[in-house]
Amino acid sequence: MNEAIVEILGLRKIYGSKNPVTAVDGIDLHVPPGLIYGLLGPNGAGKTTTISIATTRAIPTAGSVRIAGIDVVAHPALARCVIGVVPQYNTLDRSCTVFENIYFHCRYFGMTKEMATQRTSQLLNQFRLSDRASAYPQALSGGLAQRLQIARAIAHHPKVLFLDEPSAGLDPQSRIAMWEAVQGLRAEGITVVLTTHYMEEADELCDRLAIIDHGKILIEDTPVALKASVGGDIIYDLRMRGAGDGGLLEKSLAFIEGVTRVEVIEGGLRVLARVQDGLLAKVVTTANDYGLRDVTTTEPSLETVFIRLTGRDLRE
Amino acid sequence: MSEVVANASDPKIVIYTRAFVGLMQRDFRVLRREIVPFLIRVAMNPLLFLFVFTFVMPHMSGGAKLSPTASMAAAGDGGFGTVLLPGLMAVAIMFSGIAAVALPLAQEFGITREIDDRVMCPLPIGAVAIEKIFFSAIQSIFAAAVVFPLAYYIPSTPVLAHVTSWPFLIAVLILASLLAGALGLTIGTLVQPKQIGLIFGVVIMPITFLGCVYYPWAALTTIKWLQIGVLINPIVYISEGLRAALTPTTGHMPDAMILAMLLFFLVLLTLVGLRGFAKRVLS
Repeated sequence: MNEAIVEILGLRKIYGSKNPVTAVDGIDLHVPPGLIYGLLGPNGAGKTTTISIATTRAIPTAGSVRIAGIDVVAHPALARCVIGVVPQYNTLDRSCTVFENIYFHCRYFGMTKEMATQRTSQLLNQFRLSDRASAYPQALSGGLAQRLQIARAIAHHPKVLFLDEPSAGLDPQSRIAMWEAVQGLRAEGITVVLTTHYMEEADELCDRLAIIDHGKILIEDTPVALKASVGGDIIYDLRMRGAGDGGLLEKSLAFIEGVTRVEVIEGGLRVLARVQDGLLAKVVTTANDYGLRDVTTTEPSLETVFIRLTGRDLRE
Repeated sequence: MSEVVANASDPKIVIYTRAFVGLMQRDFRVLRREIVPFLIRVAMNPLLFLFVFTFVMPHMSGGAKLSPTASMAAAGDGGFGTVLLPGLMAVAIMFSGIAAVALPLAQEFGITREIDDRVMCPLPIGAVAIEKIFFSAIQSIFAAAVVFPLAYYIPSTPVLAHVTSWPFLIAVLILASLLAGALGLTIGTLVQPKQIGLIFGVVIMPITFLGCVYYPWAALTTIKWLQIGVLINPIVYISEGLRAALTPTTGHMPDAMILAMLLFFLVLLTLVGLRGFAKRVLS
């Protein structure tokens, strides 16, 4: 693996001294350069705190974060040169126009007036905001404001862009536009680290994922590998009538060719299998004798992975 | 692309200076756009105050009794206008600090969090706060400059103003303006954003009325407890400093004490403000 551009070691963050709350509980993370890297987890899992520490806005209780070799706790001001940040909430400068929001950001990072003007025009073009250049942020829709925030965050050519819940509050169309913009950034060579609690987003957008819960990383891999870890590429959920049969059906199902695993779920059984012709018919025929009421067919998703790891739904 | 961008390998001081200058330019751009409201805000208070107390009241028949001008004019020290000139300049300086730092901060910490972008500059967080104090000081000096002609020309009795020491006046103006910014930073970071409306009643009114703005400190000698009590009010030293520099015929505190106390409050409020700022911005 390439040397990590974001290197998090033993990160812990405990808030409050009277009633301490552990938001991050020993996270290690190595993000290789050039990827879109996702932190997936429910609200309150510690994703935002992790990002806040990595972006110099929170001080860790223990552990270290290095970005492009710079220790962000020891040298926050220098670290800010190599990172771009889009927080969860809209932090656009309300007193400045769309153009000025990017222009002054460029100036803060040391560009000359000419360079800043040129870079701003280029970004407004790239993010299709040119016609709104003289508008104020209050006049922008959620999707446009989000795009402006991303454009501003990358204006100083950061090596890593952090996006905290980028699609929160966006309509489906804006979300897709945002995904395209983020994929474009990867093509430019910017490493993107994002947090999300949307499975589809993590699945569609990210090259690698870390699933976080209760301040810990549960698993880390590519979305494909994570889904494969479920142990099958098709899932049949069987709803059964009446009480259990002492495991008889479970055994019969496990004998069917192609079935990789059978699990007991509430109100029935879950069959994990490799896709092959005629398998569903066999499963149904076998289960029918035991009082089959209903079958649902699904493909393993990150949600399945999450439930398998935590026993909980991601939305709970 | 060969753009000049803050590079982590550049000397720190170069990165910091560019960012600091960038922040100043942003603030100037915003101020220039809001120059009319700014002028109204600066001029309205002294304009009305002077108009009523030093022009309208002296013209009233029998108004002499109502007017503080009468007795002071009789005392031969140039009248109420002479007392008000440095006082109103002090209020303008102080209020500019509040309006330029405390009120925007309350909004940025509370509702919009838009301060986050500036905090993400390649600059130590304290320097972002210092920039606010600096920029506010520039506004304060400007505000004081706007008040001076008003306070000099509106009163119906002549104002006795003359500068004996320019270096002293400049030192007072600079210290007072920075102090006002530091006061704004302290208030803006210590007061909860939703309670910012209360600061007018709880902070601004008391420090103005008990700030030797409308009377010289020396005149408090008949109310000893108050004369000593107001010494904890930084506005006293702004008023007295300007009084000593501009209207020395009115009794005032010793120059050295004024400068020392301005410096003391500047350091104190800057430190408190910086701590509050860091606390608000970092978690």
